[in-house]
Amino acid sequence: MQAQYIGASTIILEVLWRFWPVWVALFIVMGASFLYRKKLALYGQLFDSGVGIVGVGICLFWLFTAIFASTISPFDPLGQIPIMKDTLPGAIEPQSGLVYLFGGDKLARDVFSRMVYGSQIVLIIAPAATGFALMVGITLGLPAGYYGGKIDTVLSFLANLVLAFPVILLFYLLVTPGIMDTPIPYAMAGVFFLFPIIFFSVLFWTRYKNRPDRLYILLGITLIVGGWIYLGLVFDKDPLHIVHIDPNQLNIFVAVVFASSPGVFRIVRGLVMDIKTRDYVAAAQTRGESPWYIMLWEILPNARGPLIVDACLRIGYTTILLGTLGYFGLGLAPESPDWGTAIKDASRLLRSFIHPALPPTIALMSFVLGLNLLADSLREQSMKD
Amino acid sequence: MLSFVLRRLGTMALTMLCLTMIVFFLINLEPNLKKLAISQTEMHTSAEQLEDWLINHGYRQNFFVRYGQWLGLLPKQPVTDPATGKPTQRFTFCNDPAVPTFSGVLEGDFGCSTKFKTTVASKLFPALGATGILMFCVLAVMVPVSLLIGILAGMREGSRTDRVLSVASIASTATPEYVSGVIFTVIFASWLGWLNGSAASASQGITFYNFTLPVMTLAIYGIGYIARMTRASMVEVMTQQYIRTARLKGISFGGVVVKHALRNALIAPFTVIMLQFPWLLTGVVIVEVMFRYQGFGYTLVEAAGNNDIDLLLGCSLVSVFIVLITQLISDVGYAFLNPRIRVQ
Repeated sequence: MQAQYIGASTIILEVLWRFWPVWVALFIVMGASFLYRKKLALYGQLFDSGVGIVGVGICLFWLFTAIFASTISPFDPLGQIPIMKDTLPGAIEPQSGLVYLFGGDKLARDVFSRMVYGSQIVLIIAPAATGFALMVGITLGLPAGYYGGKIDTVLSFLANLVLAFPVILLFYLLVTPGIMDTPIPYAMAGVFFLFPIIFFSVLFWTRYKNRPDRLYILLGITLIVGGWIYLGLVFDKDPLHIVHIDPNQLNIFVAVVFASSPGVFRIVRGLVMDIKTRDYVAAAQTRGESPWYIMLWEILPNARGPLIVDACLRIGYTTILLGTLGYFGLGLAPESPDWGTAIKDASRLLRSFIHPALPPTIALMSFVLGLNLLADSLREQSMKD
Repeated sequence: MLSFVLRRLGTMALTMLCLTMIVFFLINLEPNLKKLAISQTEMHTSAEQLEDWLINHGYRQNFFVRYGQWLGLLPKQPVTDPATGKPTQRFTFCNDPAVPTFSGVLEGDFGCSTKFKTTVASKLFPALGATGILMFCVLAVMVPVSLLIGILAGMREGSRTDRVLSVASIASTATPEYVSGVIFTVIFASWLGWLNGSAASASQGITFYNFTLPVMTLAIYGIGYIARMTRASMVEVMTQQYIRTARLKGISFGGVVVKHALRNALIAPFTVIMLQFPWLLTGVVIVEVMFRYQGFGYTLVEAAGNNDIDLLLGCSLVSVFIVLITQLISDVGYAFLNPRIRVQ
């Protein structure tokens, strides 16, 4: 039986219509941000330049796509409907009457739904991994830059060691199916996921040392929430069964954090070495503040500008890394709808069909582009101050 | 200067030692050895036979002994055949010595490739040569183009040219090789039919037809980054006093850019280009796999996919060496180019 097709303009209209929750959310958030941009500090200033608006728009677009994925996508991203195998864009699925907007791939899955669901994987792992990398890099970079000397030598040597690995080799070594049988990923996760807890504990301790009423509440929250997530992520023993991560995803997560935290470390270290010569640091030292108070409450807030810019770029870079992992079939499940895996599957068949390749490539490119534009205009705005 | 270079070389040697040890450890994890044994023996072998294979081929010796042997600090022991009791070769396809000899990386013996059934050297070095050609072409395209874009954009900060070129370079840094590769293949190979979507034939002879797509794909990701760095450096130089002085003395704008600004603006991009090599290495792997070009990246993927221990070690040694040596060159070169930062 030959599939029925709809025309090109109908496809475009249908795609735009499918994204309706995104448009609504985008309209509300962008409109509100634009109206109140004067009161929103750095975020508000983004709306002063065209580049900034485009960057925020693209990032929010993919964020809302990930949130509303189940409403937007007409089909199950893993569901196969044999009759739709390799169909061109706009083919109508006879049973439900719904349309394979971007066609079907070689396993007869809906390319459009897969692209939409792929955003979920990317938007969960990339920012979270970047967050952990920031925590690790900041917690180690602060003392390395502030104290210098031996601690700096050792930490910098370790960071350079990791940076000397070509990323692809690191992934081939760290993200193999075999390594899941060894305790290595769990040990690394155990170490990396400890850093946020240490970071926040020290952060609150140094600030509220003399105010036990505040200190105990904040420390308690940190330890309970941190410990809960830690149990769930590292040991998969969350008593409430809410925090859970697939062993495969844990492996990827750890590898990505491992690959990108030395970069953060280097940036933080450089910033600290620069900032620690300022007068307000000397003033704090004269007041007799503890070194960690100075690092976390005097130096770190003043290093936030470059760090925010770097975090934006890094989320984009992590997205590229995730795509690389998917492209080489490392870590993620072979049927996973993430963009890298989809590009890999489609690029092998480019000679016969090109339509399954384009949606994930354009999706990945636009998301990274959005983040880069965002970072660029953030950098420009923070330079104005 | 000399002591600086020597100290850096010392750190480099230490780094390589640590890195190879880590790689050695990770490759020789139990699941990886199992996988190797399964792929090297017949189908449906029992667990004991797999274990025997591993013992017979020397994979069950102490970790540090084996690392020392690979490095060439400990003698490689010949394997005894359990049936005859005589020393035999571990692998028939490469000449393992029949008597204990020091034969490791330090002596120039990279070991045996179990996947390609040959010595690592005879597989790795031709592949490196092939990748060298690719890298050369990429650099020949990437460096002039990106410097030109950067200089044009940075010459007049905030102008229309600047904004257009800046957004273009941001877009190019947002396009990893596997994305641009697919898009270029679709446009130039599938739709227009101008270029070949596979570079497999390039090992016989490089033509414009089969080699343009890989080079273009690899270059595009780096161009944006180098161009942005060049632009930043150019912008900084153009605000300097001596540029204004030269301008006020009546030299034309073009003359100032070419004679006064360029020399100073190109110091920073030199470092960036050198530090771009590790990125290029990852890109090379992606591009070679995508376009089926038999080079270093292709070899690395094959080695990693088949758990070919010696070949993968050789690959990592080479890639780590490239990363470290380019870092060294960038540091030394920077000191040479910039008289203000001469190392004491």
